[in-house]
Amino acid sequence: MATSPKSAISIALDKTILGGRRTHWSAGPPLPLVAASFVVAIGILLPLVYLILRAAGAGDELWRLLLRTRTAVILFNSVALASAVTLSTIVLAVPLAWLVVRSDLPLRRLWTGLLIVPLAVPSYVGGFVLIGALGPRGMLQSVLEPLGVDRLPAIYGFPGAWLALTLFTYPYVFLVVRAALQGMDYTLEEASRSLGHNNWSTFRRVTLPQLRPAIAAGGLLVALYTLSDFGAVSLLQFDSFTRVIYVHYQGSFDRHLAAGLALVLVFMTLMILVLEHWSRGRARYHSGNNPGLRPLRRMPLGKWRVPAILLCGSVALFALVMPAATVGYWLVRSVSHTASFTALPGLAWNSLWVSAAAGFAAVVLALPIAYLTVRFPRRLIKPFEYVIYLGYGLPGIVIALSLVFFGANVAPIIYQTFFILIAAYLIRFLPQAYGNVRTSLLQVDPSLEEASRNLGRSWHATLRAVTLPLARGGATAGGILVFVTTLKELPITLLLGPIGFKTLATEVWTATAEGFFAEAAPTIFVLLAISMLPTLLFAGKEP
Amino acid sequence: MLVNRRTLLKASLALLPVVVGAACGRAVVSPSETAATSVGEPSSLTVYSGRNENLVGPLLEQFGKDTGIAIQVKYGGTAEIAATILEEGANSPADVFYAQDAGALGALLAENRLSALPDAILNAVEPRFRSPQGQWVGTSGRARVVVYNTEDVKPADLPASILDFVAPEWKGRIGWAPTNGSFQAFITAMRVKLGEDQTRAWLNGIKANEPKVYPKNTPTVQAAVDGEIAVGFVNHYYLFRIRAEQGNVPAENYFPPNGDLGSLINVAGAGVIAGSQNQAAAEQFVAFLLSQQAQEYFATETYEYPLAHGVAAHPDLPELATIQTPDIDLSDLADLRGTLQLLQEVELI
Repeated sequence: MATSPKSAISIALDKTILGGRRTHWSAGPPLPLVAASFVVAIGILLPLVYLILRAAGAGDELWRLLLRTRTAVILFNSVALASAVTLSTIVLAVPLAWLVVRSDLPLRRLWTGLLIVPLAVPSYVGGFVLIGALGPRGMLQSVLEPLGVDRLPAIYGFPGAWLALTLFTYPYVFLVVRAALQGMDYTLEEASRSLGHNNWSTFRRVTLPQLRPAIAAGGLLVALYTLSDFGAVSLLQFDSFTRVIYVHYQGSFDRHLAAGLALVLVFMTLMILVLEHWSRGRARYHSGNNPGLRPLRRMPLGKWRVPAILLCGSVALFALVMPAATVGYWLVRSVSHTASFTALPGLAWNSLWVSAAAGFAAVVLALPIAYLTVRFPRRLIKPFEYVIYLGYGLPGIVIALSLVFFGANVAPIIYQTFFILIAAYLIRFLPQAYGNVRTSLLQVDPSLEEASRNLGRSWHATLRAVTLPLARGGATAGGILVFVTTLKELPITLLLGPIGFKTLATEVWTATAEGFFAEAAPTIFVLLAISMLPTLLFAGKEP
Repeated sequence: MLVNRRTLLKASLALLPVVVGAACGRAVVSPSETAATSVGEPSSLTVYSGRNENLVGPLLEQFGKDTGIAIQVKYGGTAEIAATILEEGANSPADVFYAQDAGALGALLAENRLSALPDAILNAVEPRFRSPQGQWVGTSGRARVVVYNTEDVKPADLPASILDFVAPEWKGRIGWAPTNGSFQAFITAMRVKLGEDQTRAWLNGIKANEPKVYPKNTPTVQAAVDGEIAVGFVNHYYLFRIRAEQGNVPAENYFPPNGDLGSLINVAGAGVIAGSQNQAAAEQFVAFLLSQQAQEYFATETYEYPLAHGVAAHPDLPELATIQTPDIDLSDLADLRGTLQLLQEVELI
């Protein structure tokens, strides 16, 4: 009897996504990998130790501060903002990723490069940009002035913070989902279509369920970034928890109270992680097919071609052209002609190599941990998953000060060297690499590894010959994310870099902090240009 | 052609002593006076600067050139740098902390991280601009002013005192930055002069006028320039800098007259880190910041008030002596904490 198209596709899905088959390794997890992961975990726990030490010195005032109603209000604010931004970045980024990987959208590689750039806009610049462009008396208003628009409704508060963070963080989801789409077994989609499902139904019933871990990983990065952001929320006048932490550092120079508040942020991070774990389900995301074996047939967009281009174009317009135009306007309106170009090559080189080193190291460290948590999700391994994200939910200043403390007092030899600088970047940004690598590894069929082991290869030879090549997409995406966020990182670079070490980001901060916007403009342009480099170099390889 | 700002500043720095000459009287500190302990051999110096490199970088480089001392500078936000020095503890590589405001120096003082300065340095400025215990000295000053948009506000409409901005006509037209250090120093002064209750009433009064809240001075002044707000409570020099970059913008500074609280003076200052291995060079550096050369630089390049006796302020500014400051220790953290508690109580931070 012939099965109906519907039940056939259900069977295919059952086999891949809902299958409960677990891999059984005769031996336990490889000890060197466990040892390496332990070392990384200890590094990531340092800020937590520091916070507990400092908060212990805060005394009763901490409780008075924590228990006032305003604390609940700003906690709610932070949670609401993180949820809204996460949701909107997913809605925006998943279609974009699908278009550049699966459709016959023209200039896919260029769109990919362009759509990643907004990630490199530092949030303190993004805040100024949004106010300058869309503020009550910003550029948009001056364009509309002849039409009698005297001032625009204020973007301050929740709408502005939400818009800024959505525009400048959606690339997190975009990159993870893009890598997942590249590593996904698309023969399932072809099966679905051949069985009579249209594009939309195929996307909803086959593609989307398989993207679940990627969307969760990207969403987690966005949520935690939003939680720890200071630049955008302060400029756009939104009262978030991180802003209050900064107020205690800056207003009263009180490290103890700030640490106590930061511990609340750690708690919130843990809550979000629990939520993310719960949302993952128990699915399996690999099939026996190697997607590289058959050429991908791209979906013809047909009548959707123009709307698709419009979507990509309008995202690029708001997240890329608008910042670039605003920064260009700073340059044009300037009367002082003080913009400097002579220092730029040196600054660009510093930014480039230190970010590349951080990106590379992050991937190297994320691989063993992701391998363990994907292949050996046992009780001993599970805590790694939580630990690795702890640094990411904390404001950069907290990570920086904790390493100042441990560096100067425990390891003065490496204090204010590149070693501790890059270690700090890793403590903060490792989750970006981890989330991507993990998503990729989920798509690697463990039976391939088993076959390799059965043929006599050792675990590390198997890792090299089978696992790593298949996880390449996620590793590349993770490396790019860490590269671009390191490029714009500020507090860690300022406090932990070798004395006199300057990057494009520190230079942009130096200029904008005192209102020298025109002086910052060329530096911002170089920063944005460099952020495209790795995408154009490494991510162009089509599946 | 685009010219590097630093180059311009350096050139003007070299010319300053020539232009100003010996016309100014007594009392600025000459570096050689105080650095009695330095003996010939080239020394090095590590300065942690909470002041922006764009503002003071050329001056610090000049110090290195003039003295032959190998000077290294770590730049960052004042609060972050203060926290860094405190976390580094006895192992701090810093010899000098050059801070944007006195409160940060007070934070170091409270944990005994500053050493006493020689009298020759301390006496270069009025007592109100230095630490009462002698561990830090103010090196340049800034006045609290009301910046106003000239298209929105006529000078005649501006009230005689900052206290009068609670009037309903200012509803929705005020910008301020309650998390900013200078603003908080101003509130501290108000508490000392008027008491807690009146200060609380004023804060609530302004709050009832629905002010726009900015994170610091620069965006506040920019908002006044853009006409987003009619008036902003800020420091005086940001408008000068915005003019330098954006030309003749429709905004002016208003100095509330007759020693009103609205025009309090705040200082940037420096202190030598306790246990510094380069004590002599560190003191020489602080003395340099009070030298004729450096004080003229502040007056003409950063539009700040020179604090050393005998150096004149920018001609566009009211004289320093006409701006009265209530008798407070600008670095007293106990006062600052009281201010923060008040600001928390009225839910402004």
